[in-house]
Amino acid sequence: MTPLDKPAAAADTLTGGPRRPRRRTALAGRRSPVPVPLLLPALVGLAFLLVPLIALLVRTPWHSLPDQLTSPEVWQALRLSLLCATAATAVSLVIGVPLAWLLARVEFPGRGLVRALVTLPLVLPPVVGGVALLMALGRNGVVGQWLDAWFGITLPFTTAGVVVAEAFVAMPFLVISVEGTLRAADPRYEEAATTLGASRFTAFRRVTLPLIAPGVAAGAVLAWARALGEFGATITFAGNFPGRTQTMPLSVYLALQSDPEAAIALSLVLLTVSIAVLAGLRDRWMTAS
Amino acid sequence: MTGLGKNVRNIDKAVRDAVADTNAGTEADAGPRCVGEGLDARLVVDRGRFRLDVSLTAAPGDVVALLGPNGAGKTTALRALAGLVPLTGGHLRLDGAELDRTPPESRPVGVVFQDYLLFPHLTALDNVAFGPRCHGTGKAEARARAAEWLRRMDLAEHADAKPRRLSGGQAQRVALARALATHPRLLLLDEPLAALDARTRLDVRAQLRRHLADFEAVAVLVTHDPLDAMVLADRLVVIEDGHVVQEGTPAYIARHPRTDYIAHLVGLNLYKGEAEGHTVRLDSGPEITTTEDLTGSVFVTFPPAAVTLYRDRPTGASARNLWPCEVAGLETHGDQIRVALTGEFPLTADLTTVAAAELGLHTGASIWAAVKATQTHAYPA
Repeated sequence: MTPLDKPAAAADTLTGGPRRPRRRTALAGRRSPVPVPLLLPALVGLAFLLVPLIALLVRTPWHSLPDQLTSPEVWQALRLSLLCATAATAVSLVIGVPLAWLLARVEFPGRGLVRALVTLPLVLPPVVGGVALLMALGRNGVVGQWLDAWFGITLPFTTAGVVVAEAFVAMPFLVISVEGTLRAADPRYEEAATTLGASRFTAFRRVTLPLIAPGVAAGAVLAWARALGEFGATITFAGNFPGRTQTMPLSVYLALQSDPEAAIALSLVLLTVSIAVLAGLRDRWMTAS
Repeated sequence: MTGLGKNVRNIDKAVRDAVADTNAGTEADAGPRCVGEGLDARLVVDRGRFRLDVSLTAAPGDVVALLGPNGAGKTTALRALAGLVPLTGGHLRLDGAELDRTPPESRPVGVVFQDYLLFPHLTALDNVAFGPRCHGTGKAEARARAAEWLRRMDLAEHADAKPRRLSGGQAQRVALARALATHPRLLLLDEPLAALDARTRLDVRAQLRRHLADFEAVAVLVTHDPLDAMVLADRLVVIEDGHVVQEGTPAYIARHPRTDYIAHLVGLNLYKGEAEGHTVRLDSGPEITTTEDLTGSVFVTFPPAAVTLYRDRPTGASARNLWPCEVAGLETHGDQIRVALTGEFPLTADLTTVAAAELGLHTGASIWAAVKATQTHAYPA
């Protein structure tokens, strides 16, 4: 930088452009106060998001909480939820990571369309997803009738059905996350591996996968959290049978009508899990801002 | 140097045609070479407006440097040899085996990439063991071999270090060990010293030279640094705009540049003209007197240090090569001042700072430039 450039750069810092200063400087304190038409809605928005969570904590029956959480019904729902969410994440990993690789690394016609279709479940109402799954994998579904006729497999209203419904809703999160990481990763490492005699698959397994492991882990946690909270697709496709398909969100909804305290206790568990996920992923997202 | 640039483009074309003719010749009687050892390639890669068409031959033990300006197609040529870029034409034979359609993982080729591309999640040892593992060697055996390679590169104590803990020079040697551990028949090095700072560069260049001298198969390195090329390689292939413009030993090319780019690299003034005895008439008009007695199309060179500048027209007798010039620019060049001159033809002159001060040089100043015939060098084009 020549001496001539310096005053210009200082002016940039003062006016806040062209680049946003990364750190708050003493100069920032001299700016005029935040305008009220912006501040008020902002505070309302903040309260809107936080008050319900605080209310949940306020109304939590702390004295009966240990009993609530150790009751067989809660345990059953919790165990089933953890099991199904983990299984759905595993399914998503096995088929979602290769799908992400395909989207990121292989040029084929209609790739943009395929990527759009993959992300569709992100915005699709889960209930619609459940109905669609019934049409595909139900006993008389497009694929389901053959599964039933050839292998005697029926997915709807079974624990496996819960896993399918959760994976359907959660996998796009994993695919998006892994694909983003793959695009950011330097493909020349794969080239280096092939010049050393690695096939494309070996290069993926021994070089690419370890390099994108953080992205895969983040995507898996995200998918797992989404699967754990899944309600609409699950109740539509798998029903609501205690011990078999009744996961935590379903049992919270039911308990709210019969035993509100149990519902609050269950909600508290899910809230804790969510906060844990957020804390686990904070390096990935919170520092981005 | 617009005048010279124009000349050089014509020269380029002439050289290109000459090289193409030579290629046609070698292809016609390439019979013995197909089955022979070493590299025999004509690499044609079409990329929209850019076309690479380069012929390369080398015997085992040869170190060939592809030298050229940025964007000349050097790296594309290297990637084509490695199989990372498909050939759109030509051929590629290594030790008699056709490799045109062989995928990169099946080619007996090792690559040292410009920024090394060591796998960051593996230790130096596992990086080197990666190749042997991919070729089916057992884990223990591969690691033992890798350890031996690291020992040979004086890196035994860094075997367990991850790449980010290695210095630039160490990383370069690990990358070399990794490429050599698969016993390639063709070793490719892409700007092997570009990522190093000046101090490390000197050491690493000397080490690399030693390792390349020990290497029994063909080595091809890509560089834009003439010093690296001349120190490391037995033979230079100069590429400009996707084509070979000149090839030969470093010493020959340094003495007989054929293009403006090479002349600039080796620090010579280069002109093309028609010779008649001791006089060479440049295409742009002026004449240069040389000691060589030649006829026909020739190149003439002289080093910038051979140019003497005078403020007023000298009255001495020996000033046959004497031209009025105008100073176009001045820059420091080592402990000298390099003066760019325009006039009847462009030239550069080196002089000491004291001399420059005494002459009162400044841009736009009128000056006389003289060169002794004994300091020029002419050779057929």
